[in-house]
Amino acid sequence: MNLRAIWAIYYVEMARTARTVMQSVLSPVISTSLYFVVFGGAIGSRIPEIEGVSYGAFIVPGLIMLMLLMQSTMNASFGIYFPKFVGTVYELLSAPVSYVEIVIGFVGAAATKSIILGIIILATASLFVPIRIEHPFVMVLFLVLTSVSFSLLGFILGIWAKGFEQLQIVPMLIITPLAFLGGTFYSINMLPPFWQTATLFNPVVYLVSGFRWSFYGLADVAVGASLAATALFLAICVAIVAWIFKTGYRLKN
Amino acid sequence: MSTEPIIAVSRLSKTYDTGFKALSNINLEVRPGEIFALLGPNGAGKTTLISIICGIVNPSSGTVTAGGHDIITDFRAARSQIGLVPQELAITPFESVWNTVSFSRGLFGKPRDDAYLETMLKQLSLWDKKDSNLMTLSGGMKRRVMIAKALSHEPRILFLDEPTAGVDVELRREMWDVVRTLQASGVTIILTTHYIEEAELMADRIGVINKGAIILVEEKAELIRKLGRKQLTLHLQKPLDAIPPSLAKHRLELVEDGTVLHYTYDTQGERTGITALLADLGDADIRFRDLETKESSLEDIFVDLVRNG
Ligand SMILES: Nc1ncnc2c1ncn2[C@@H]1O[C@H](COP(=O)(O)OP(=O)(O)OP(=O)(O)O)[C@@H](O)[C@H]1O
Ligand SMILES: [Mg+2]
Repeated sequence: MNLRAIWAIYYVEMARTARTVMQSVLSPVISTSLYFVVFGGAIGSRIPEIEGVSYGAFIVPGLIMLMLLMQSTMNASFGIYFPKFVGTVYELLSAPVSYVEIVIGFVGAAATKSIILGIIILATASLFVPIRIEHPFVMVLFLVLTSVSFSLLGFILGIWAKGFEQLQIVPMLIITPLAFLGGTFYSINMLPPFWQTATLFNPVVYLVSGFRWSFYGLADVAVGASLAATALFLAICVAIVAWIFKTGYRLKN
Repeated sequence: MSTEPIIAVSRLSKTYDTGFKALSNINLEVRPGEIFALLGPNGAGKTTLISIICGIVNPSSGTVTAGGHDIITDFRAARSQIGLVPQELAITPFESVWNTVSFSRGLFGKPRDDAYLETMLKQLSLWDKKDSNLMTLSGGMKRRVMIAKALSHEPRILFLDEPTAGVDVELRREMWDVVRTLQASGVTIILTTHYIEEAELMADRIGVINKGAIILVEEKAELIRKLGRKQLTLHLQKPLDAIPPSLAKHRLELVEDGTVLHYTYDTQGERTGITALLADLGDADIRFRDLETKESSLEDIFVDLVRNG
Protein backbone atom coordinates (compact mmCIF):
# COMPACT_ATOMS: atom_id res chain seq x y z
CA MET A 1 0.00 0.00 0.00
CA ASN A 2 1.23 3.43 -0.94
CA LEU A 3 -0.19 5.07 2.16
CA ARG A 4 1.52 8.36 1.40
CA ALA A 5 -0.26 8.55 -1.93
CA ILE A 6 -3.62 7.88 -0.29
CA TRP A 7 -2.90 10.58 2.22
CA ALA A 8 -1.74 13.00 -0.49
CA ILE A 9 -4.98 12.56 -2.43
CA TYR A 10 -7.12 12.68 0.69
CA TYR A 11 -5.37 15.77 2.00
CA VAL A 12 -5.70 17.72 -1.25
CA GLU A 13 -9.37 16.83 -1.52
CA MET A 14 -10.05 17.92 2.04
CA ALA A 15 -8.10 21.12 1.46
CA ARG A 16 -10.31 21.83 -1.52
CA THR A 17 -13.33 21.65 0.78
CA ALA A 18 -11.71 23.95 3.27
CA ARG A 19 -11.20 26.47 0.48
CA THR A 20 -14.80 26.21 -0.60
CA VAL A 21 -16.25 25.90 2.85
CA MET A 22 -19.07 28.27 2.01
CA GLN A 23 -20.57 26.12 -0.69
CA SER A 24 -19.58 22.78 0.81
CA VAL A 25 -20.97 23.31 4.28
CA LEU A 26 -22.96 26.47 4.49
CA SER A 27 -25.30 25.88 1.59
CA PRO A 28 -26.53 22.45 2.71
CA VAL A 29 -26.97 23.80 6.23
CA ILE A 30 -29.02 26.70 4.97
CA SER A 31 -31.18 24.57 2.72
CA THR A 32 -31.80 22.09 5.53
CA SER A 33 -32.80 24.91 7.83
CA LEU A 34 -35.24 26.10 5.18
CA TYR A 35 -36.79 22.64 5.02
CA PHE A 36 -37.34 22.77 8.75
CA VAL A 37 -38.87 26.19 8.67
CA VAL A 38 -41.26 25.14 5.91
CA PHE A 39 -41.97 21.48 6.58
CA GLY A 40 -41.22 21.27 10.25
CA GLY A 41 -42.65 24.58 11.33
CA ALA A 42 -45.17 25.96 8.84
CA ILE A 43 -46.65 22.82 7.32
CA GLY A 44 -45.57 20.30 9.91
CA SER A 45 -47.55 21.96 12.67
CA ARG A 46 -50.74 20.99 10.82
CA ILE A 47 -49.68 17.38 10.23
CA PRO A 48 -50.50 14.93 12.99
CA GLU A 49 -47.77 12.97 14.76
CA ILE A 50 -46.57 9.83 12.99
CA GLU A 51 -46.52 6.93 15.44
CA GLY A 52 -45.83 9.30 18.27
CA VAL A 53 -43.15 11.35 16.53
CA SER A 54 -43.82 14.94 15.57
CA TYR A 55 -43.63 15.57 11.83
CA GLY A 56 -40.69 17.95 12.22
CA ALA A 57 -38.66 15.31 14.04
CA PHE A 58 -39.90 12.58 11.71
CA ILE A 59 -38.31 14.18 8.63
CA VAL A 60 -34.88 14.74 10.23
CA PRO A 61 -33.36 11.37 9.25
CA GLY A 62 -34.78 11.66 5.73
CA LEU A 63 -33.41 15.14 5.33
CA ILE A 64 -29.97 14.12 6.48
CA MET A 65 -30.10 11.24 3.99
CA LEU A 66 -31.20 13.56 1.21
CA MET A 67 -28.23 15.82 1.87
CA LEU A 68 -25.84 12.91 2.23
CA LEU A 69 -26.86 11.43 -1.09
CA MET A 70 -26.60 14.70 -2.94
CA GLN A 71 -23.37 15.86 -1.35
CA SER A 72 -21.58 12.52 -1.53
CA THR A 73 -22.41 12.13 -5.18
CA MET A 74 -21.56 15.68 -6.10
CA ASN A 75 -18.36 15.89 -4.08
CA ALA A 76 -16.89 12.63 -5.24
CA SER A 77 -17.87 13.12 -8.86
CA PHE A 78 -16.30 16.56 -8.92
CA GLY A 79 -13.19 15.28 -7.16
CA ILE A 80 -12.27 12.86 -9.93
CA TYR A 81 -13.87 14.74 -12.82
CA PHE A 82 -11.83 17.86 -12.19
CA PRO A 83 -8.37 16.29 -12.76
CA LYS A 84 -9.77 14.76 -15.92
CA PHE A 85 -11.05 18.14 -16.99
CA VAL A 86 -7.87 20.13 -16.34
CA GLY A 87 -5.63 17.29 -17.51
CA THR A 88 -3.80 16.62 -14.26
CA VAL A 89 -5.18 13.09 -14.21
CA TYR A 90 -1.99 12.11 -16.08
CA GLU A 91 -0.21 12.34 -12.77
CA LEU A 92 -2.55 9.90 -11.02
CA LEU A 93 -2.19 7.46 -13.88
CA SER A 94 1.59 7.68 -14.01
CA ALA A 95 2.15 7.48 -10.25
CA PRO A 96 2.98 4.24 -8.46
CA VAL A 97 -0.50 4.00 -6.99
CA SER A 98 -2.99 1.21 -7.41
CA TYR A 99 -6.58 1.86 -8.29
CA VAL A 100 -7.65 0.82 -4.85
CA GLU A 101 -5.47 3.54 -3.40
CA ILE A 102 -6.87 6.16 -5.75
CA VAL A 103 -10.40 5.18 -4.79
CA ILE A 104 -9.64 5.20 -1.09
CA GLY A 105 -8.16 8.68 -1.40
CA PHE A 106 -11.01 10.26 -3.36
CA VAL A 107 -13.94 8.33 -1.96
CA GLY A 108 -12.55 8.50 1.55
CA ALA A 109 -12.34 12.28 1.35
CA ALA A 110 -15.80 12.66 -0.14
CA ALA A 111 -17.31 10.31 2.45
CA THR A 112 -15.54 12.14 5.27
CA LYS A 113 -17.04 15.40 4.12
CA SER A 114 -20.48 13.85 3.93
CA ILE A 115 -20.23 12.42 7.41
CA ILE A 116 -19.12 15.75 8.84
CA LEU A 117 -21.95 17.38 6.96
CA GLY A 118 -24.45 14.85 8.29
CA ILE A 119 -23.37 15.66 11.82
CA ILE A 120 -23.63 19.40 11.19
CA ILE A 121 -27.13 18.99 9.79
CA LEU A 122 -28.13 16.84 12.74
CA ALA A 123 -26.88 19.56 15.06
CA THR A 124 -28.74 22.20 13.05
CA ALA A 125 -31.92 20.13 13.15
CA SER A 126 -31.71 19.70 16.90
CA LEU A 127 -32.04 23.46 17.18
CA PHE A 128 -35.49 23.23 15.60
CA VAL A 129 -36.96 20.00 16.88
CA PRO A 130 -36.35 17.61 19.77
CA ILE A 131 -34.40 14.63 18.49
CA ARG A 132 -33.67 11.30 20.09
CA ILE A 133 -31.39 8.60 18.82
CA GLU A 134 -32.38 5.16 20.04
CA HIS A 135 -29.69 3.20 18.25
CA PRO A 136 -26.61 5.40 17.88
CA PHE A 137 -24.39 2.60 16.64
CA VAL A 138 -26.76 1.70 13.82
CA MET A 139 -27.15 5.37 13.04
CA VAL A 140 -23.40 5.78 12.59
CA LEU A 141 -23.29 2.60 10.54
CA PHE A 142 -25.93 3.91 8.13
CA LEU A 143 -24.25 7.29 8.00
CA VAL A 144 -20.94 5.73 7.03
CA LEU A 145 -22.34 3.12 4.64
CA THR A 146 -24.45 5.66 2.83
CA SER A 147 -21.67 8.21 2.56
CA VAL A 148 -19.25 5.63 1.22
CA SER A 149 -21.71 4.06 -1.24
CA PHE A 150 -22.86 7.32 -2.71
CA SER A 151 -19.33 8.69 -2.83
CA LEU A 152 -18.47 5.61 -4.87
CA LEU A 153 -21.46 6.31 -7.07
CA GLY A 154 -20.20 9.87 -7.47
CA PHE A 155 -16.74 8.59 -8.33
CA ILE A 156 -18.25 6.43 -11.07
CA LEU A 157 -20.24 9.38 -12.30
CA GLY A 158 -17.15 11.59 -12.38
CA ILE A 159 -15.29 9.07 -14.49
CA TRP A 160 -18.22 8.55 -16.81
CA ALA A 161 -19.03 12.22 -17.27
CA LYS A 162 -17.74 13.94 -20.38
CA GLY A 163 -18.90 17.38 -19.40
CA PHE A 164 -20.13 19.46 -16.51
CA GLU A 165 -23.75 19.05 -17.63
CA GLN A 166 -23.52 15.29 -17.30
CA LEU A 167 -21.94 15.77 -13.92
CA GLN A 168 -24.99 17.65 -12.70
CA ILE A 169 -27.64 15.69 -14.49
CA VAL A 170 -27.36 12.50 -12.46
CA PRO A 171 -27.81 14.11 -9.04
CA MET A 172 -30.62 16.26 -10.43
CA LEU A 173 -32.44 13.68 -12.49
CA ILE A 174 -31.88 10.52 -10.51
CA ILE A 175 -30.85 11.16 -6.94
CA THR A 176 -33.26 13.97 -6.16
CA PRO A 177 -36.40 12.13 -7.36
CA LEU A 178 -35.31 8.90 -5.71
CA ALA A 179 -34.72 10.76 -2.48
CA PHE A 180 -38.01 12.64 -2.58
CA LEU A 181 -39.92 9.49 -3.45
CA GLY A 182 -37.93 7.45 -0.96
CA GLY A 183 -39.90 8.40 2.11
CA THR A 184 -37.91 11.43 3.13
CA PHE A 185 -41.00 13.43 3.94
CA TYR A 186 -43.50 10.66 4.60
CA SER A 187 -43.87 7.12 5.77
CA ILE A 188 -44.47 4.81 2.83
CA ASN A 189 -47.41 3.41 4.76
CA MET A 190 -49.18 6.61 3.80
CA LEU A 191 -49.02 5.64 0.10
CA PRO A 192 -51.68 3.68 -1.82
CA PRO A 193 -50.89 -0.08 -1.87
CA PHE A 194 -49.55 -0.12 -5.44
CA TRP A 195 -47.04 2.61 -4.73
CA GLN A 196 -46.02 0.95 -1.50
CA THR A 197 -44.83 -2.01 -3.58
CA ALA A 198 -43.32 0.09 -6.34
CA THR A 199 -41.33 2.05 -3.79
CA LEU A 200 -39.54 -1.07 -2.68
CA PHE A 201 -37.47 -0.86 -5.88
CA ASN A 202 -36.16 2.49 -4.77
CA PRO A 203 -32.90 1.92 -2.89
CA VAL A 204 -33.29 5.19 -1.01
CA VAL A 205 -36.36 3.80 0.78
CA TYR A 206 -34.12 1.33 2.55
CA LEU A 207 -31.61 3.94 3.53
CA VAL A 208 -34.17 6.37 4.89
CA SER A 209 -36.15 3.67 6.62
CA GLY A 210 -33.12 2.14 8.28
CA PHE A 211 -31.74 5.49 9.26
CA ARG A 212 -35.05 6.59 10.72
CA TRP A 213 -35.29 3.36 12.68
CA SER A 214 -31.95 4.17 14.32
CA PHE A 215 -33.51 7.42 15.55
CA TYR A 216 -37.06 6.57 16.56
CA GLY A 217 -37.38 2.81 16.19
CA LEU A 218 -39.86 3.40 13.35
CA ALA A 219 -39.26 1.55 10.09
CA ASP A 220 -41.09 1.08 6.79
CA VAL A 221 -39.03 -1.97 5.98
CA ALA A 222 -37.18 -4.26 8.38
CA VAL A 223 -33.80 -2.91 9.51
CA GLY A 224 -32.09 -6.09 8.37
CA ALA A 225 -33.50 -5.60 4.88
CA SER A 226 -32.34 -1.98 4.96
CA LEU A 227 -28.82 -2.96 5.89
CA ALA A 228 -28.76 -5.72 3.30
CA ALA A 229 -29.99 -3.38 0.58
CA THR A 230 -27.40 -0.77 1.50
CA ALA A 231 -24.63 -3.35 1.52
CA LEU A 232 -25.82 -4.65 -1.85
CA PHE A 233 -25.77 -1.17 -3.30
CA LEU A 234 -22.26 -0.68 -1.94
CA ALA A 235 -21.16 -3.98 -3.45
CA ILE A 236 -22.55 -3.02 -6.86
CA CYS A 237 -20.69 0.29 -6.78
CA VAL A 238 -17.45 -1.45 -5.78
CA ALA A 239 -17.88 -3.90 -8.64
CA ILE A 240 -18.42 -1.11 -11.17
CA VAL A 241 -15.38 0.77 -9.90
CA ALA A 242 -13.31 -2.41 -10.14
CA TRP A 243 -14.48 -2.89 -13.71
CA ILE A 244 -13.69 0.73 -14.60
CA PHE A 245 -10.14 0.37 -13.44
CA LYS A 246 -9.68 -3.01 -14.97
CA THR A 247 -10.65 -1.76 -18.38
CA GLY A 248 -9.39 1.79 -18.01
CA TYR A 249 -12.88 2.95 -19.00
CA ARG A 250 -12.76 6.66 -19.88
CA LEU A 251 -9.46 6.99 -18.05
CA LYS A 252 -6.96 5.29 -20.30
CA ASN A 253 -6.83 4.82 -24.03
CA MET B 1 28.27 -0.74 -24.15
CA SER B 2 27.27 -3.68 -22.04
CA THR B 3 25.25 -1.88 -19.37
CA GLU B 4 21.63 -2.92 -18.98
CA PRO B 5 19.24 -0.55 -20.70
CA ILE B 6 17.26 1.61 -18.28
CA ILE B 7 14.29 1.58 -20.63
CA ALA B 8 13.67 -1.40 -22.85
CA VAL B 9 10.77 -1.36 -25.28
CA SER B 10 10.14 -4.55 -27.11
CA ARG B 11 7.76 -5.26 -29.99
CA LEU B 12 5.42 -2.55 -28.78
CA SER B 13 2.32 -1.76 -30.78
CA LYS B 14 -0.62 0.48 -30.12
CA THR B 15 -3.92 0.66 -31.89
CA TYR B 16 -6.30 3.27 -30.48
CA ASP B 17 -9.99 2.58 -30.00
CA THR B 18 -10.62 4.55 -33.17
CA GLY B 19 -8.79 1.78 -35.02
CA PHE B 20 -5.83 4.05 -35.68
CA LYS B 21 -2.50 2.28 -35.43
CA ALA B 22 -0.27 4.79 -33.70
CA LEU B 23 2.72 2.53 -33.02
CA SER B 24 3.84 -0.58 -34.77
CA ASN B 25 6.43 -2.97 -33.47
CA ILE B 26 8.62 -0.49 -31.63
CA ASN B 27 11.93 -1.77 -30.30
CA LEU B 28 14.02 0.70 -28.38
CA GLU B 29 16.61 0.72 -25.65
CA VAL B 30 17.65 3.75 -23.66
CA ARG B 31 20.94 3.65 -21.83
CA PRO B 32 21.34 4.78 -18.25
CA GLY B 33 22.57 8.33 -17.89
CA GLU B 34 22.11 9.40 -21.47
CA ILE B 35 20.03 12.13 -23.02
CA PHE B 36 17.94 10.52 -25.68
CA ALA B 37 16.11 12.72 -28.16
CA LEU B 38 13.07 11.36 -29.89
CA LEU B 39 12.40 13.21 -33.11
CA GLY B 40 9.54 12.88 -35.50
CA PRO B 41 6.91 14.95 -37.27
CA ASN B 42 3.51 15.78 -35.77
CA GLY B 43 1.48 12.65 -35.23
CA ALA B 44 4.47 10.33 -35.49
CA GLY B 45 3.69 8.64 -32.19
CA LYS B 46 6.15 10.22 -29.80
CA THR B 47 3.61 11.15 -27.14
CA THR B 48 1.88 7.80 -27.52
CA LEU B 49 5.16 5.98 -26.89
CA ILE B 50 5.96 8.08 -23.83
CA SER B 51 2.42 7.74 -22.51
CA ILE B 52 2.61 3.96 -22.70
CA ILE B 53 5.93 3.83 -20.89
CA CYS B 54 4.56 6.08 -18.15
CA GLY B 55 1.32 4.15 -17.70
CA ILE B 56 -1.14 6.65 -19.16
CA VAL B 57 -2.02 4.68 -22.27
CA ASN B 58 -2.47 0.93 -22.44
CA PRO B 59 -0.25 -0.89 -24.92
CA SER B 60 -1.97 -3.16 -27.43
CA SER B 61 0.93 -5.60 -27.47
CA GLY B 62 4.57 -5.80 -26.55
CA THR B 63 6.48 -5.17 -23.35
CA VAL B 64 8.27 -2.30 -21.68
CA THR B 65 10.61 -2.31 -18.72
CA ALA B 66 11.89 0.66 -16.76
CA GLY B 67 14.92 0.08 -14.58
CA GLY B 68 14.40 -3.62 -15.23
CA HIS B 69 10.81 -3.60 -13.95
CA ASP B 70 7.90 -4.44 -16.20
CA ILE B 71 5.63 -1.40 -16.45
CA ILE B 72 2.49 -3.48 -15.97
CA THR B 73 3.25 -6.46 -13.76
CA ASP B 74 5.65 -4.46 -11.61
CA PHE B 75 4.19 -1.00 -12.13
CA ARG B 76 5.01 0.35 -8.71
CA ALA B 77 8.73 -0.21 -9.01
CA ALA B 78 8.74 0.91 -12.63
CA ARG B 79 6.75 4.09 -12.13
CA SER B 80 8.42 5.24 -8.96
CA GLN B 81 11.61 5.76 -11.00
CA ILE B 82 9.95 7.83 -13.68
CA GLY B 83 9.15 11.51 -13.82
CA LEU B 84 6.99 12.80 -16.63
CA VAL B 85 6.53 16.27 -18.04
CA PRO B 86 3.72 15.87 -20.53
CA GLN B 87 3.32 17.87 -23.69
CA GLU B 88 0.16 19.64 -22.59
CA LEU B 89 0.21 22.10 -19.73
CA ALA B 90 -1.99 20.74 -16.97
CA ILE B 91 -2.16 22.33 -13.56
CA THR B 92 -4.64 22.40 -10.74
CA PRO B 93 -6.02 25.92 -10.46
CA PHE B 94 -6.14 27.56 -7.02
CA GLU B 95 -3.29 25.37 -5.80
CA SER B 96 0.01 26.90 -4.72
CA VAL B 97 3.31 25.88 -6.26
CA TRP B 98 4.51 24.44 -2.98
CA ASN B 99 1.38 22.41 -2.39
CA THR B 100 1.20 20.97 -5.86
CA VAL B 101 4.84 19.91 -5.72
CA SER B 102 4.38 18.39 -2.27
CA PHE B 103 1.33 16.54 -3.54
CA SER B 104 3.32 15.04 -6.40
CA ARG B 105 6.00 13.86 -4.03
CA GLY B 106 3.45 12.26 -1.75
CA LEU B 107 1.66 10.63 -4.65
CA PHE B 108 4.89 8.89 -5.56
CA GLY B 109 5.18 7.59 -2.02
CA LYS B 110 8.17 9.65 -0.96
CA PRO B 111 8.48 10.97 2.58
CA ARG B 112 8.28 14.70 2.98
CA ASP B 113 11.58 16.47 2.32
CA ASP B 114 11.26 20.23 2.39
CA ALA B 115 14.97 20.80 1.91
CA TYR B 116 14.99 18.85 -1.33
CA LEU B 117 11.94 20.63 -2.67
CA GLU B 118 13.46 23.96 -1.78
CA THR B 119 16.69 23.21 -3.65
CA MET B 120 14.75 22.00 -6.64
CA LEU B 121 12.43 25.00 -6.77
CA LYS B 122 15.41 27.30 -6.50
CA GLN B 123 17.10 25.50 -9.35
CA LEU B 124 14.02 26.06 -11.49
CA SER B 125 13.80 29.73 -10.39
CA LEU B 126 10.44 29.06 -8.79
CA TRP B 127 11.33 29.54 -5.16
CA ASP B 128 10.01 33.09 -4.91
CA LYS B 129 6.75 31.84 -6.42
CA LYS B 130 6.30 28.97 -4.04
CA ASP B 131 3.20 30.42 -2.40
CA SER B 132 1.68 31.75 -5.59
CA ASN B 133 -1.55 30.41 -6.97
CA LEU B 134 -0.75 28.41 -10.11
CA MET B 135 -3.30 30.37 -12.06
CA THR B 136 -1.34 33.56 -11.59
CA LEU B 137 1.83 32.18 -13.18
CA SER B 138 2.97 32.80 -16.73
CA GLY B 139 3.03 29.98 -19.28
CA GLY B 140 6.76 29.48 -18.94
CA MET B 141 6.48 29.35 -15.16
CA LYS B 142 3.67 26.82 -15.38
CA ARG B 143 5.85 24.66 -17.55
CA ARG B 144 8.59 24.87 -14.97
CA VAL B 145 6.07 23.87 -12.31
CA MET B 146 5.31 20.81 -14.40
CA ILE B 147 9.01 20.01 -14.41
CA ALA B 148 9.17 20.60 -10.67
CA LYS B 149 6.29 18.17 -10.17
CA ALA B 150 8.08 15.56 -12.24
CA LEU B 151 11.29 16.05 -10.27
CA SER B 152 9.60 16.22 -6.88
CA HIS B 153 10.04 12.51 -6.26
CA GLU B 154 13.66 12.34 -7.39
CA PRO B 155 13.17 10.17 -10.46
CA ARG B 156 16.04 8.32 -12.14
CA ILE B 157 14.36 8.66 -15.50
CA LEU B 158 12.82 11.85 -16.78
CA PHE B 159 10.55 12.17 -19.78
CA LEU B 160 10.25 15.63 -21.28
CA ASP B 161 7.63 15.78 -23.99
CA GLU B 162 8.44 18.97 -25.88
CA PRO B 163 9.72 20.81 -22.83
CA THR B 164 10.64 23.95 -24.74
CA ALA B 165 7.59 24.39 -26.95
CA GLY B 166 6.42 27.97 -26.62
CA VAL B 167 9.24 28.89 -24.30
CA ASP B 168 11.35 32.00 -24.86
CA VAL B 169 15.01 31.83 -25.75
CA GLU B 170 16.29 32.68 -22.33
CA LEU B 171 14.09 30.18 -20.58
CA ARG B 172 15.02 27.56 -23.13
CA ARG B 173 18.67 28.08 -22.23
CA GLU B 174 17.77 27.77 -18.57
CA MET B 175 15.98 24.51 -19.26
CA TRP B 176 18.94 23.16 -21.12
CA ASP B 177 21.06 23.98 -18.10
CA VAL B 178 18.62 22.20 -15.84
CA VAL B 179 18.66 19.17 -18.11
CA ARG B 180 22.46 19.10 -18.13
CA THR B 181 22.60 19.41 -14.35
CA LEU B 182 20.16 16.53 -14.07
CA GLN B 183 22.19 14.40 -16.39
CA ALA B 184 25.29 15.18 -14.37
CA SER B 185 23.48 13.91 -11.28
CA GLY B 186 22.83 10.62 -13.04
CA VAL B 187 19.30 11.09 -14.35
CA THR B 188 18.46 9.55 -17.71
CA ILE B 189 16.53 11.95 -19.89
CA ILE B 190 14.28 11.20 -22.81
CA LEU B 191 13.05 14.27 -24.60
CA THR B 192 11.05 15.04 -27.69
CA THR B 193 11.39 18.25 -29.56
CA HIS B 194 10.63 19.86 -32.87
CA TYR B 195 13.65 22.10 -32.53
CA ILE B 196 16.30 20.05 -34.20
CA GLU B 197 19.07 22.28 -32.98
CA GLU B 198 17.94 21.46 -29.48
CA ALA B 199 18.48 17.76 -30.11
CA GLU B 200 21.75 18.54 -31.81
CA LEU B 201 22.87 20.51 -28.80
CA MET B 202 21.60 18.27 -26.00
CA ALA B 203 21.28 14.67 -27.07
CA ASP B 204 23.76 11.87 -26.80
CA ARG B 205 21.66 9.67 -29.03
CA ILE B 206 18.80 10.34 -31.36
CA GLY B 207 15.87 8.23 -32.38
CA VAL B 208 13.66 9.14 -35.28
CA ILE B 209 10.09 7.97 -35.36
CA ASN B 210 7.74 8.39 -38.28
CA LYS B 211 4.23 7.05 -38.80
CA GLY B 212 4.47 4.90 -35.70
CA ALA B 213 7.74 3.19 -36.55
CA ILE B 214 11.26 3.84 -35.35
CA ILE B 215 13.25 4.46 -38.47
CA LEU B 216 16.60 5.14 -36.90
CA VAL B 217 18.45 5.16 -33.60
CA GLU B 218 21.97 6.45 -33.62
CA GLU B 219 24.65 8.28 -31.68
CA LYS B 220 24.23 11.91 -32.56
CA ALA B 221 27.82 12.38 -33.68
CA GLU B 222 27.71 9.17 -35.64
CA LEU B 223 24.47 10.18 -37.27
CA ILE B 224 25.83 13.47 -38.43
CA ARG B 225 28.99 11.78 -39.66
CA LYS B 226 27.20 8.94 -41.39
CA LEU B 227 24.48 10.80 -43.05
CA GLY B 228 26.32 14.06 -43.29
CA ARG B 229 26.69 15.55 -46.67
CA LYS B 230 28.79 18.49 -47.55
CA GLN B 231 28.09 21.06 -50.13
CA LEU B 232 30.76 22.90 -52.04
CA THR B 233 29.63 26.27 -53.32
CA LEU B 234 31.55 27.90 -56.13
CA HIS B 235 30.98 31.57 -56.92
CA LEU B 236 31.79 32.00 -60.61
CA GLN B 237 33.59 34.90 -62.16
CA LYS B 238 31.31 34.83 -65.22
CA PRO B 239 27.79 33.56 -65.22
CA LEU B 240 27.03 30.38 -67.18
CA ASP B 241 23.98 29.75 -69.32
CA ALA B 242 24.16 26.01 -68.78
CA ILE B 243 26.40 23.40 -67.29
CA PRO B 244 28.84 22.29 -69.98
CA PRO B 245 28.37 18.60 -71.02
CA SER B 246 31.94 17.83 -69.98
CA LEU B 247 30.89 18.48 -66.36
CA ALA B 248 27.65 16.48 -66.49
CA LYS B 249 29.07 13.54 -64.58
CA HIS B 250 29.61 15.68 -61.47
CA ARG B 251 25.88 16.32 -61.08
CA LEU B 252 26.29 20.01 -60.43
CA GLU B 253 23.55 22.48 -59.77
CA LEU B 254 23.59 25.87 -61.38
CA VAL B 255 21.82 28.52 -59.31
CA GLU B 256 21.48 32.26 -58.83
CA ASP B 257 21.30 33.21 -62.51
CA GLY B 258 24.24 31.06 -63.41
CA THR B 259 26.64 32.71 -60.97
CA VAL B 260 26.86 29.90 -58.45
CA LEU B 261 27.58 26.19 -58.78
CA HIS B 262 26.64 23.69 -56.08
CA TYR B 263 28.43 20.41 -55.69
CA THR B 264 27.17 17.95 -53.08
CA TYR B 265 29.36 15.13 -51.84
CA ASP B 266 29.38 12.49 -49.19
CA THR B 267 31.93 12.94 -46.44
CA GLN B 268 31.97 9.18 -45.96
CA GLY B 269 32.76 8.42 -49.59
CA GLU B 270 36.08 6.86 -50.54
CA ARG B 271 36.82 9.97 -52.48
CA THR B 272 34.99 13.23 -52.53
CA GLY B 273 35.52 13.88 -56.21
CA ILE B 274 36.63 17.41 -55.52
CA THR B 275 40.01 17.06 -57.18
CA ALA B 276 38.48 15.70 -60.37
CA LEU B 277 35.82 18.41 -60.35
CA LEU B 278 38.35 21.18 -59.98
CA ALA B 279 40.48 19.72 -62.78
CA ASP B 280 37.44 19.46 -65.09
CA LEU B 281 36.44 23.01 -64.26
CA GLY B 282 39.93 24.17 -65.23
CA ASP B 283 39.71 22.24 -68.52
CA ALA B 284 36.37 23.86 -69.28
CA ASP B 285 37.93 27.22 -68.47
CA ILE B 286 35.45 28.02 -65.77
CA ARG B 287 36.96 30.28 -63.13
CA PHE B 288 35.65 31.14 -59.74
CA ARG B 289 35.95 34.07 -57.40
CA ASP B 290 35.37 32.23 -54.17
CA LEU B 291 34.40 28.91 -52.73
CA GLU B 292 32.96 27.59 -49.46
CA THR B 293 31.84 24.28 -48.02
CA LYS B 294 28.90 23.67 -45.72
CA GLU B 295 28.14 20.60 -43.62
CA SER B 296 24.52 19.53 -43.55
CA SER B 297 22.84 19.97 -40.19
CA LEU B 298 20.83 17.45 -38.28
CA GLU B 299 17.81 19.30 -39.51
CA ASP B 300 18.65 18.57 -43.15
CA ILE B 301 19.26 14.96 -42.24
CA PHE B 302 16.00 14.75 -40.41
CA VAL B 303 13.99 16.26 -43.23
CA ASP B 304 15.62 13.84 -45.64
CA LEU B 305 14.92 10.86 -43.44
CA VAL B 306 11.30 11.63 -42.84
CA ARG B 307 10.69 12.42 -46.47
CA ASN B 308 12.31 9.26 -47.74
CA GLY B 309 11.37 7.04 -44.81
N1 LIG C 1 -6.64 9.11 -27.87
C1 LIG C 1 -6.42 8.91 -29.16
N2 LIG C 1 -7.33 8.30 -29.92
C2 LIG C 1 -7.10 8.10 -31.24
N3 LIG C 1 -6.00 8.46 -31.88
C3 LIG C 1 -5.04 9.08 -31.18
C4 LIG C 1 -5.19 9.34 -29.79
N4 LIG C 1 -4.09 9.97 -29.34
C5 LIG C 1 -3.29 10.10 -30.41
N5 LIG C 1 -3.85 9.56 -31.51
C6 LIG C 1 -3.26 9.52 -32.86
O1 LIG C 1 -2.04 8.82 -32.80
C7 LIG C 1 -1.07 9.44 -33.63
C8 LIG C 1 0.17 9.74 -32.82
O2 LIG C 1 -0.11 10.75 -31.89
P1 LIG C 1 0.99 11.29 -30.90
O3 LIG C 1 0.34 12.26 -30.00
O4 LIG C 1 1.67 10.15 -30.27
O5 LIG C 1 1.97 12.04 -31.91
P2 LIG C 1 3.25 12.91 -31.59
O6 LIG C 1 4.40 12.26 -32.29
O7 LIG C 1 3.41 13.11 -30.14
O8 LIG C 1 2.89 14.26 -32.33
P3 LIG C 1 3.22 15.79 -31.91
O9 LIG C 1 4.59 16.08 -32.40
O10 LIG C 1 2.21 16.56 -32.67
O11 LIG C 1 3.07 15.91 -30.45
C9 LIG C 1 -1.73 10.68 -34.21
O12 LIG C 1 -2.13 10.38 -35.52
C10 LIG C 1 -2.92 10.91 -33.35
O13 LIG C 1 -3.97 11.45 -34.08
MG1 LIG D 1 3.30 14.71 -28.92
